[in-house]
Amino acid sequence: MISFSPSEEQQMIVTMVKQFANDEMRKIYMECDESGEIPARVIDTAWQLGLVSTSIPEEYRGLGGEHSAITGALIAEELAWGDLSMAMHILCPALVVYPILEMGTEEQKKKYLPAFCDERYKTATAALIEPRFGFDPYSLSTTARPDGNGYVLNGQKCYVPLAADADLLLVYAAENGSSQGFIVEKGTKGLEIGEREKNMGIKALATYELSLKDCRIPKENRLGGSKGCDFGRIMNCSGVALSAMAVGVARAAFEYSRDYAKERVAFGEPIAARQSIAFMLAEMAIEIDATRLMAWEAAWKLDRKEDATKEASALKLYADDMAVMVTDRAVQILGGHGYIRDHPVELWLRNGRGFATFDGMATV
Amino acid sequence: MIDFEPTPEQKEAIKVAHQLAEELLRPVSRYYDEHEHENPQEIIDKLWEKRFEGSLFLGLDMTAALRAEEACWGDVGIFLCFPTPGLGGAAIFATGTQEQLQRFLGTYNEGEPKWGAMAMTEAHCGSDTSAISATAVRDGDEWVLNGEKIFVTAGKRSMENPGGVVVIWATVDKSAGRAGMKSFVVQAGTPGAKVEKMEKKLGIRASDTVTIVLDNCRIPYENILGSPEVRKIDKTTTAGFKKAMATFDATRPMVAAQALGVGRASLDFVKEALEKEGIEIRYGLPRHKLSALERDVMDMEANYKAAKLLTLRAFSMMDQSLPNSLEASMAKAKAGLAVTKITQKAVEIMGPLGYSRKYLLEKWMRDAKINDIFEGTGQINMLIVARRILDYSREQLK
Repeated sequence: MISFSPSEEQQMIVTMVKQFANDEMRKIYMECDESGEIPARVIDTAWQLGLVSTSIPEEYRGLGGEHSAITGALIAEELAWGDLSMAMHILCPALVVYPILEMGTEEQKKKYLPAFCDERYKTATAALIEPRFGFDPYSLSTTARPDGNGYVLNGQKCYVPLAADADLLLVYAAENGSSQGFIVEKGTKGLEIGEREKNMGIKALATYELSLKDCRIPKENRLGGSKGCDFGRIMNCSGVALSAMAVGVARAAFEYSRDYAKERVAFGEPIAARQSIAFMLAEMAIEIDATRLMAWEAAWKLDRKEDATKEASALKLYADDMAVMVTDRAVQILGGHGYIRDHPVELWLRNGRGFATFDGMATV
Repeated sequence: MIDFEPTPEQKEAIKVAHQLAEELLRPVSRYYDEHEHENPQEIIDKLWEKRFEGSLFLGLDMTAALRAEEACWGDVGIFLCFPTPGLGGAAIFATGTQEQLQRFLGTYNEGEPKWGAMAMTEAHCGSDTSAISATAVRDGDEWVLNGEKIFVTAGKRSMENPGGVVVIWATVDKSAGRAGMKSFVVQAGTPGAKVEKMEKKLGIRASDTVTIVLDNCRIPYENILGSPEVRKIDKTTTAGFKKAMATFDATRPMVAAQALGVGRASLDFVKEALEKEGIEIRYGLPRHKLSALERDVMDMEANYKAAKLLTLRAFSMMDQSLPNSLEASMAKAKAGLAVTKITQKAVEIMGPLGYSRKYLLEKWMRDAKINDIFEGTGQINMLIVARRILDYSREQLK
């Protein structure tokens, strides 16, 4: 039956994450954006909520909870409402955990998953995006060449979150033209992590360029073994996660500019009492809701193990545009004040602008 | 639990309605567009025969909305001629007593086809419904109605076929403002209620849009919907008006559902035409790799989907008897605008094929536009959304 009500369990999770976002993330996010650092304590606290580890089956030392893309979308929205950099940092290990959980071989699950069930945050990440014009995840320049008992990886990656600290990296590379995932452990010869990147937004999230120079990994490190992975599904999961995050960022900007518009008086009345401002806010609210529902629908398809390519790609385009529209208007509603870093709306515009380029940087 | 799977009954309803749209409506769609004001009698007869098979689109729930979308995919103009209690029925459902429901709609399915309509708009006021000047004066056991109502959808059918009803909005006390606004049921054939002028329109030409003149039209006292009370002491008491607006919480998402049908008709046409030409829409590619055409089609699809999900959400809340005023207006505002854009884009994409009356794209573009106007213009719905999200009264946000 068509329903828009999260389950009781999902509502509990949302309440918990909302509280964390409000009490922890929102206290420090502007400082983090300035300093470029997120306190480890906050990340550990978030990790202890079990947002990622809960869905790891008991046989791999997890709690054996259900792994649901809808729940993932709900979590992603709330965390991103708190702060996008922190949300991406907190959920970064999922970039390795979920693909292994869904598509990994039994050996890969046994070997890698238990490490993510500890109290302490374990850093792992994925490398997909490449620093070139015309980047297309379905036709990667990074290559994986079978060679004897393993693969040899070559290429350049960028926007790799937390690469310098990651114990595990899931590197996507073209193998005979098809995108596949390869698990690269920290310290593997030929894996060179570059300087930390400087970006317009998500400034608190440490991202890196990295290069793979004849980086040799064992054959069993190919995600999914001989079967490989369903790369399309990985991209669709990413599209849903990023769209849900776009909703979270947009909602933050909407709420802030709405409240501001009710307080700011011009010509004797709050600016929200003018249709030019009120209609902007109304459209923002409508588009935020619409995008959320579309993200849920695509996630629902993923949970049913159906092909969600059509839904996820239309959603992603829509969500990217929505995030820019909403965050830009939030700045506009605050006028000059919106441009000043005393208010967070400019931060949300910088973060919102990024969604169109964040392919593969989050997943559900 | 979040779920997007229609129930088996809904799937069946969609299937039946789609088949009806394809077999019954599409073949005559162009004819009734070109022959404005001609009555699609054979369609009405067939629908009336089938009225017990669940194809009559009675009701105001999600299932009815899913049916309406399919029917409007066939033809929205003819859909508006379907023999149903329509918006008048919706008002009676929303605000009438059991006795009234029984009296006005109890025998709806019996005998000959019947219609229902709602008359709100007047020449000098559309969106500003509180400014209406039609009057209702009590005279013993009767109300005496006077005034002129325009743009009454299906007004002619409702007034001229026995058993029909028109819900008329009139004021019982002009000085009381919105609190004096009441609705009254005028039954077909009542002396003093006359249908004048049938409008010539941009689209939905099969549907009759008429002026109803009330000249000392007498109706039983019991035909008032809701309370006759006007609490003058407190001018801000607008219970009567609010009840009228509650009707819109049900009918706005229904209009959104109708809009979706027209939007999807255009979208389906474009996608089929592209497929025939061997042009594939490459989903999953990053945006910079997409052609402008692919971007357009995906944007149309996403807009359709956005409007559809907002509409279903409004119905889901209504079906659970949850207040849905905000969600209803969000759905209507989005759907009206989305299908206006989708159908216009479809004409643009198909070029001469889109503009030619040989195909239906140009008709759908004309038909779609009404959805951004009637049952609350896009702007009025935006205003409602804005007031809700800002928690502003109508005095605070004009």
